[in-house]
Amino acid sequence: MFRISLMAAGLALTLAGASMAAEKPVLNVYTYDSFASDWGPGPKVEKAFEAICDCDLKFTTAGDGAALLARVQLEGKRSRADVVLGLDTNLTARAAASGLFAPHGITPENLAVPGGWNDPLFLPFDWGYFAFVYDKTKLGTVPHSFRELAAAPDSLKIVIEDPRSSTPGLGLLLWVKAAYGDKAPEIWKGLAPHILTVTKGWSEAYGMFLKGEADMVLSYTTSPAYHLIAENDNSKAAAIFDEGHYMQIEVAGKMATAPHPDLADKFLKFMMSEKFQSLIPTTNWMYPAVRLKEGLPKGFAAPIPADKALILSPEQALVARDAALAEWQSALSK
Amino acid sequence: MAERAEQVITPALVAGLGAAALVAALSLGTVAVVAGAAVSPMRLGAGDWAALKFTLSQALVSAALSCALAVPVARALARRSFAGRGLLVTLLGAPFILPVIVAVLGLLAVYGRGGLVSAVLVHFGYAPLSIYGFRGVVLAHVFFNLPLATRLLLQGWQRVPAEHFRLAAQLGMTTRDINRVIERPILRAVLPGAFATIFLLCVTSFAVALTLGGGPRATTIELAIYQAFRFDFDMGRAAALALMQFAIGALAAVLAWRMAQTRAQDPQLAPEVHRWDCAGFPSRVADSLGLLLVALFLLLPLAMVLIDGLRGIALLDGRVWLALGRSVLVALASAVLTLLLALALGLAAVSRRQGAIAGGFESIGFLSIAASPMVIGTGLFIILYPLVDPASMALPVTALVNAAMSLPFALRATLPALRQAEATHGRLADSLGLGGGMRFRLLHWPFIRPAAGFATGLAAALSMGDLGVVALFADPDAATLPLYLYRLMGSYQMTAASGAALLLVAASLALFAVFDRWGRAAR
Amino acid sequence: MILQLDKMTVRQGDFSLSADWSVKRGTRLALIGPSGGGKSTLLSLIAGFFEPDEGRLLIEGRDMRGVAPGRRPVSLLFQENNLFPHLSVARNVGLGIRPDLRLTREQHEAVERSLQEVGLEGMGARMPAQLSGGQRQRVALARALLRDKPLLLLDEPFAALGPALRAEMLDLVAGLLERTGATLLMVTHDPRDAERIADQTALVSDGKVTPPMPTARLLADPPAALRAYLG
Repeated sequence: MFRISLMAAGLALTLAGASMAAEKPVLNVYTYDSFASDWGPGPKVEKAFEAICDCDLKFTTAGDGAALLARVQLEGKRSRADVVLGLDTNLTARAAASGLFAPHGITPENLAVPGGWNDPLFLPFDWGYFAFVYDKTKLGTVPHSFRELAAAPDSLKIVIEDPRSSTPGLGLLLWVKAAYGDKAPEIWKGLAPHILTVTKGWSEAYGMFLKGEADMVLSYTTSPAYHLIAENDNSKAAAIFDEGHYMQIEVAGKMATAPHPDLADKFLKFMMSEKFQSLIPTTNWMYPAVRLKEGLPKGFAAPIPADKALILSPEQALVARDAALAEWQSALSK
Repeated sequence: MAERAEQVITPALVAGLGAAALVAALSLGTVAVVAGAAVSPMRLGAGDWAALKFTLSQALVSAALSCALAVPVARALARRSFAGRGLLVTLLGAPFILPVIVAVLGLLAVYGRGGLVSAVLVHFGYAPLSIYGFRGVVLAHVFFNLPLATRLLLQGWQRVPAEHFRLAAQLGMTTRDINRVIERPILRAVLPGAFATIFLLCVTSFAVALTLGGGPRATTIELAIYQAFRFDFDMGRAAALALMQFAIGALAAVLAWRMAQTRAQDPQLAPEVHRWDCAGFPSRVADSLGLLLVALFLLLPLAMVLIDGLRGIALLDGRVWLALGRSVLVALASAVLTLLLALALGLAAVSRRQGAIAGGFESIGFLSIAASPMVIGTGLFIILYPLVDPASMALPVTALVNAAMSLPFALRATLPALRQAEATHGRLADSLGLGGGMRFRLLHWPFIRPAAGFATGLAAALSMGDLGVVALFADPDAATLPLYLYRLMGSYQMTAASGAALLLVAASLALFAVFDRWGRAAR
Repeated sequence: MILQLDKMTVRQGDFSLSADWSVKRGTRLALIGPSGGGKSTLLSLIAGFFEPDEGRLLIEGRDMRGVAPGRRPVSLLFQENNLFPHLSVARNVGLGIRPDLRLTREQHEAVERSLQEVGLEGMGARMPAQLSGGQRQRVALARALLRDKPLLLLDEPFAALGPALRAEMLDLVAGLLERTGATLLMVTHDPRDAERIADQTALVSDGKVTPPMPTARLLADPPAALRAYLG
């Protein structure tokens, strides 16, 4: 009785989801959740690509970049994914080592990513800088470096994401590491009194910041653009740090086991095109990977200069990660 | 008894075995699958022992505090009748079924640095409240679980026959005498189980503990499991941690059973008992004040969710209703599944009078409370991925896993009622030759209907709010309401998200209330 | 007069019950009538679990309005659940002396004596679950005996027992009353019980309690309502 009702429930619930366009080949793109959401680039990307590919683009989502990689690793060689979109360079060394990805064979042109690009497995589709975002109407003295932040009165509170469960959290860990190397533990010790709390993900942290729980939140330099463009609210700003800002470069790659390798290639090419890239700024709220003909949308601050960009190479990031995490944990557990 | 011993294999036993196998596969089986898929050996890291320590200490304190506070609250509710008492009891159920993220933001809106209490403090020149740290974790867990403890204790009070309170009145017992003669035995019977349940719920906590814990000190085992999957992709360690969590669960369950004293229960229920010992002014003031404080503590954050949500609800479009529809479907399926599982296990447990087998069915039903949602989801994914598209299974898997997670509560609610039915009228049913369906309909169902209503409502509501279990099965084109809510938040749509949160809370509460009322109707 | 019901009425929703009569000390009064007629309600009123909506209720000449059940000179035996299942027989009886059970040696002896009087000698250490239904009600009776209140109310505590055992219990009650001089109000649905023990009987039906009459006379020439009940 139990099993029958389970099957009946399953049937009833899945019928609605059954695909109608069964004849066309299906391109499976794995991505993180907010990319495919109604407010992200996903729906527009799907429409634009389906107009030229004679295929059905289907998104499959995992929580964020790291969850995405874990998912692909879990599926391994049986994976039905064609393209994985949404890893970042802090993850690509591990992704490459898994042997699950195939070379893309594309030489990107007109690239806007600081520092150039030569990864044979992954192509960048957008990028941004991690930064602490604050409310101009509320925060009087804005710190302009980690040291200034550490020296600020204890009442200045920041909320950050946990590196173990969040991409920006890991970004901050590597930011401090890239800027201060062996001195990173000292910086963390200085920051500790200001860290109100550590959240599981970006949403929780940003939500708490907007509710006035903390004075600053770890986010992106492009976050204020969202408030300005979508909400006509210019009160939010990103604090620019003298040490420079750690970059997040988001990438996509083709699976070695892709059921539709040709479509996957076509999609990666499309990803680097003006059509796809022009969607990025006001849907994913990041900088596009290529220079747009029209330039950045109004309200989007120009990126901080490339010489202020900090980043560890994928291999460095992989090596630095575990030690940096241990330092972070011990500094904040005191 | 001889008559029934002839039937060795009864339908009840078969159904019970089936349900037990399913639950065991979901909870322990998935750990085995994850361990089997691991390339790394099953071992623990140095940080994991710190996680164990933190997990245990916060869970112990949270459970102890929840139970300690629940005693006066349940007592006050049991001995006072006032307008709105029923509504208050229903609303007290709300925090327990709130989605984690909604509850945390609601709590912070009251007790946070930018919350109501801090605003008042700052206004009068004091420093804002600081709740982050161990106390924040405990505060949040008490917020979630005090209502559950209260509800469980209240059920204990309601099992006391009305004559006992009358007898106490006639014998001129003081409040203190009643406490010793009537209430303490109730507490001895109910508290260990309530404590163990809440302890285990706090053991598997993750996002709440992290967010309010203020930093990596507040790392629970469940967070370590999450880290093992997502950050290290070390499934051996994940499996080892999951087993550690099971061991804690088993230990807690055994201790609870040892401490709990079972006693004969009388069938007469007295929902609101008039009490003569506590008509005095001081005791009335104490009860009213206690209830008021607890109501404020629990309902203010809910009120903040409401106020916040009203602004956001206008920003929602039609898609949110689709998501709501899916969630309600999942919740209903999950509720029905929970009830079927609980009945299958419960009936199998009472159909055997020998302790070992009955105890076996019972303990299997409680397995899933110590299970790691992350491990269940991953294990199922490993099994199902080669066979089907996980996204196409999103809703059935959500319903199934949520049903397994709600099963311990459903069993805790229905099993005592089933036992009572067998104890008081089992022989009558035997003598009338009532077996199978008739026995269930005439003997068991009337007794367990209120408990079944409560349990089904709880399962439906818990299923509405939960999403963590099935992230791997999420279907991007058919989001449930919690997923939709997280997506809004992940896309800067915080105001709309609070609208969705309000909708989620309202729908969960409504589902709970409908089932609960249905259970209590027509006695 | 031990008990006076002075134009007393109580209402519970649609149901109402009124009585206007009194009972002399030492009377044994049976309350008879159809179930749902209000017999138990009347006992609950006297015991103080409800208050009358109109009129007065006096025990030993004292108006009982506002007097808590425990302060009324009354002992009431329920149909069931007279004992706390987790307390031993002796402790259940001992509650009748001191609810906090801090008993002196003499009080313990008194408990044992009253158990003896109801025929449960040496059973003080047993738990209620180990006793038969009749024995359990004997324990309750022993407690009532020990409390020694002038008014004993029985709400059909022996209804579940067989005829022989019931008769035995009634005789036991009668014997005890003989010795203590207490007044008895007893709910019953069986006229034979009334005949056996009660010198007076009152009919409870249609929301009214008729004034008590001698049992023999009432049963010899029953009014219409009682005839309908007796069938």
